[in-house]
Amino acid sequence: MLEARQHSGASASPLLEVAGLEAWYGESHILHGIDFQVREGEVVTLLGRNGAGKTTTLKSIMGIIGKRRGSVKFEGQEIIRAPSDRIARLGVAFCPEERGIFASLDVRENLMLPPEVRPGGLSLDQIFDLFPNLKERLSSSQGTKLSGGEQQMLAIARILRTGARFLMLDEPTEGLAPVIIQQIGRTIARLKSEGFTILLVEQNFRFASTVADRFYIVEHGKVIDGFANADLGANMDKLHTYLGV
Amino acid sequence: MNIQALSAQLLVGLINGSFYALLSLGLAVIFGMLNVINFAHGALYMMGAFCAYFLLNLFGIGYWPALIIAPIVVGLFGILMERSLLQWLTGLDHLYGLLLTFGVALILQGLFQNYFGSSGLPYAIPAELQGGVNLGFMFLPIYRGWVVIFSLVVCLLTWYLIERTQLGSYLRAATENPTLVRAFGINVPRMITLTFGFGVGLAALAGVLSAPINQVRPLMGADLIIVVFAVVVIGGMGSIMGSVITGFALGVIEGLTKYFYPEASNTVVFVFMVLVLLLKPTGLTGRAT
Repeated sequence: MLEARQHSGASASPLLEVAGLEAWYGESHILHGIDFQVREGEVVTLLGRNGAGKTTTLKSIMGIIGKRRGSVKFEGQEIIRAPSDRIARLGVAFCPEERGIFASLDVRENLMLPPEVRPGGLSLDQIFDLFPNLKERLSSSQGTKLSGGEQQMLAIARILRTGARFLMLDEPTEGLAPVIIQQIGRTIARLKSEGFTILLVEQNFRFASTVADRFYIVEHGKVIDGFANADLGANMDKLHTYLGV
Repeated sequence: MNIQALSAQLLVGLINGSFYALLSLGLAVIFGMLNVINFAHGALYMMGAFCAYFLLNLFGIGYWPALIIAPIVVGLFGILMERSLLQWLTGLDHLYGLLLTFGVALILQGLFQNYFGSSGLPYAIPAELQGGVNLGFMFLPIYRGWVVIFSLVVCLLTWYLIERTQLGSYLRAATENPTLVRAFGINVPRMITLTFGFGVGLAALAGVLSAPINQVRPLMGADLIIVVFAVVVIGGMGSIMGSVITGFALGVIEGLTKYFYPEASNTVVFVFMVLVLLLKPTGLTGRAT
């Protein structure tokens, strides 16, 4: 029912289609059947409390979680069984919650690490246009010497070089100062205007509401609700209950 | 102070140091990437020497081609070892890798001992490197000078490859966070396999270098590997520069000890190792794992 409403008028099949996704960390059954879709050019946000399974969902799509079942289709192709390097080469890029900046690489090496998976990735000039502070820090001897905000910029910048057009960002604003959060918001808006598709996981739903087209609520490893940004006002009470804020 | 005797011991120390450096370099690279303490490293060094021996005595292929062929052949064997045995140990405790490679070492050494006995096989110094130079304070055999210089060059080239090139950046990143590197689209399992092959190739190269100096014996690696492990522990597991510097330094220290206090020469490296473990457990330059 939810999907039918969202599909009214849309003729293109979704870029990402997740159906019945289940995932385990060892013995722990984290995802109990995640269902959602992302259309090309959208910014979709997964909201939910800590431990709901949002990060696990992103990791399962990326193929990082070992044990997973169900269906994940990217551009119509089933990728539930694919290894993560193959999924990346299909044009899926992942920016993890912990950012994953390498301490044994300098800033430039960190930036240049992810290989090109599609033509048309951002050039270095375009990247420095988006993130001017990165250009200054380029000569830094160690990626981890950057501040939290700079590391987040670097983590986003390096996947923009690859040419991937579908980005999954896990809590990009976590622990960052309001000024940096605004910059990230502007960056996401800019990427969206250039046709990128973004799947966002956020706890800061006020931030998410400034960039997202649609939201899904994840609870106990299932998607329990979803609505468009336009309907946010009408759904505020529900949101407060779900997120416990 | 007998300058000639001292210089002779220093030279021996530098040569041993070259082998320590080359072998601990390979071990450090393998440990960094695979988290495996490769106890078979000494046996693979031995196989490098035997490969040079076979190339000469079965195919008439001399020292210079052997320097290239032996590391490739033994490196391929290492790749086979990684694919068939080591890859199943990913993510497990270090102990499993240690035990598995220890077993492989015993099998390899046992096999070679079975066919060749324990005594050494001769391998001649190549004609171009025979003879020596009189430096005044000592007589320097050319081959031995070659071993030290060539080892230094190989160590420096390897260091440069790992620390200063993009390929090296992939290796360093995959050592730190293989999951994320794979999620960027890099074929990490293949990189791991090739890295192991490279580390093994380095051991085999040391074996070829060693053949004209030490005799080619099935147990030549077993004697060496214990000291090499001490070197790696002292220098820091996974630290490239640490292994190389420590290897050469300890070789020289061993040589000096042989001159000034010969009774301690067998144990000085291990005394150092105990000291380092007590004072700086991650090794002189290593990072905590």
